[in-house]
Amino acid sequence: MTQQQQAAGPPAEKPTDPAEEFLDRSTPLSRIRNVLHRYPALSPAIVLLVAVVVFGILNDRFLRVENLSLITQQVSVVGTLAIAQTLIILTAGIDLSVGAVMILASMVVAQMTVNNGMPAPLALVAGLVVGLAAGALNGFLVTRFKLPPFIVTLGTLNIFIALTLLYSGGSTVRGSSMPALLTWMGSTFPVGPVRISTGVVTMLLLYIAVAFILGKTAWGRHVYAVGDDKEAARLAGIPVNRVLMSVYLAAGAVLAVGAWIQIGRTNAASPNAGVDLNLDSITAVVIGGTSLFGGRGSVWGSLLGALIVGVFRNGLSLAGLDVLFQTLAVGVLIIVAVSVDQWIRKVKS
Amino acid sequence: MTAVDVPTPATGTRQPILQARNLVKTFGKVVGLDGVSLDLYPGEVLAIIGDNGAGKSTLIKCLTGAEIPDTGELLVSGQQVHFKRPQDARAHGIETVYQNLAVSPALDVASNLFLGREERLPGPLGSIFRVLDTKGMRRKAKAELIRLGISTLQDVTVPVENLSGGQRQAVAVARAAAFGSKVVVLDEPTAALGVRESNQVLQLVRDLRDRGLPVILISHNMPHVFDVADRIHIQRLGKCAATITPQSHSMTDAVAIMTGAATA
Repeated sequence: MTQQQQAAGPPAEKPTDPAEEFLDRSTPLSRIRNVLHRYPALSPAIVLLVAVVVFGILNDRFLRVENLSLITQQVSVVGTLAIAQTLIILTAGIDLSVGAVMILASMVVAQMTVNNGMPAPLALVAGLVVGLAAGALNGFLVTRFKLPPFIVTLGTLNIFIALTLLYSGGSTVRGSSMPALLTWMGSTFPVGPVRISTGVVTMLLLYIAVAFILGKTAWGRHVYAVGDDKEAARLAGIPVNRVLMSVYLAAGAVLAVGAWIQIGRTNAASPNAGVDLNLDSITAVVIGGTSLFGGRGSVWGSLLGALIVGVFRNGLSLAGLDVLFQTLAVGVLIIVAVSVDQWIRKVKS
Repeated sequence: MTAVDVPTPATGTRQPILQARNLVKTFGKVVGLDGVSLDLYPGEVLAIIGDNGAGKSTLIKCLTGAEIPDTGELLVSGQQVHFKRPQDARAHGIETVYQNLAVSPALDVASNLFLGREERLPGPLGSIFRVLDTKGMRRKAKAELIRLGISTLQDVTVPVENLSGGQRQAVAVARAAAFGSKVVVLDEPTAALGVRESNQVLQLVRDLRDRGLPVILISHNMPHVFDVADRIHIQRLGKCAATITPQSHSMTDAVAIMTGAATA
């Protein structure tokens, strides 16, 4: 117990004073913590695995391929929003307006084709412009006016909701009246026994792209550095405001894709859809192990987080429990996830 | 003027790497620097000491581009320069280690060394997909640490937050000293450290000097200053009160000059 080599620490340095010896003491628990600290997506992966096994035992319908395919489709919209949310939370920000931006973009895309006769590809570009403009507004207020992202996006959340209702007149556009391209994300194709929707594939491609950019490019590293310690990043010569602005723009672009997936998934564009999506995306990111303090986490964790929420909701409803218990379970999950994150972050090797 | 230039073996007739001539910097009615000159020679540790408000920080900020002096000139290797931003000073090889340590805790040692100047893979992977050369940067980081003689950092893949205070300071110093820099400015490098870690950092300063890299050290800690400095520049009331050496004066003398109780 006195001088065991730590699992994930730097090579042993000969401890010379008793104080260091005391700090170096490693227990099985602290070794687990070290591993979890090193691989932030590991704890949500374990939770997801356990949840799938438990729900599979509780109800044999749960593990059927149709059901699992349904869960992925249910998760596709929140999963996409969670990508945008992860980018912003990694910079130690938070975006309360992701759902509102997505709905606004989806209304613009739908109305442009149905009411203004715009060709579908052009309408999708218009949706992208809406997403980028919303991101630019959030980013501008955060970088130029130095307002906390929480306040900025709380304000723009209300602005975007109001704009959506003003623009749409509160009416839903049905999928049947839209060009086929707009609802394409909802179409499914068979892969062996499973049916996969285009929206799910698109979401996964976005995850791969963003994970690649965050992990392999200088921009990704700068996003982490800015979220980790803004002042340190600035002193290291990183253009902090430019990085922040680009993060909000990238998030806006992802949200525009989310709008397309949302139209396909619900086969409609409704101004009243997705009120919960803002907070659901934060839930997915937090359960996925990304720290709300910035600089720590991974986009894969957020996908796992979104899947965990989807699996819990689906599994509990198959187990015959009331919807309210699903919400209760999600609440407990959030608190447990953040507690685990705090505990992991106490690592000292 | 009471400034006395004490020749030491390090100075001789060699060309100073960094020179400041009659720097003046005012903030409204407050005079921060009142005609300060300074020479930094290759392979020496020049300590800057002074009471609070004596102009140490302003002097350093002018040398590193964080402030622009009102009048006076700066020369790097004899060539006149004008720094408008810290990046300008960095471009001339003057690197600063700030008191609050500009390191990113969650990033690993190699990433921190290359932070803000990452290298990409050769070929289309790097130019089109902008993929970082992570392995190459790790290899270079390791080589650079060996070259600088920093032995406390063995594994460049460890996140900086897992390191001790002294090791973090070593990361910050390594970043400043690496990649062809000419001058390293250390602002209070031992202020937050324990005895053992302070000694490691002081040893690092000596190692840098022995490898020919001149160091400017700002410190409040007299024993540390007298331990490593070749020459000591004493600021008082915006002026250089004296430039002494640890051999010519005692700590008590230095404090007396600093507080105005004595002149050199």
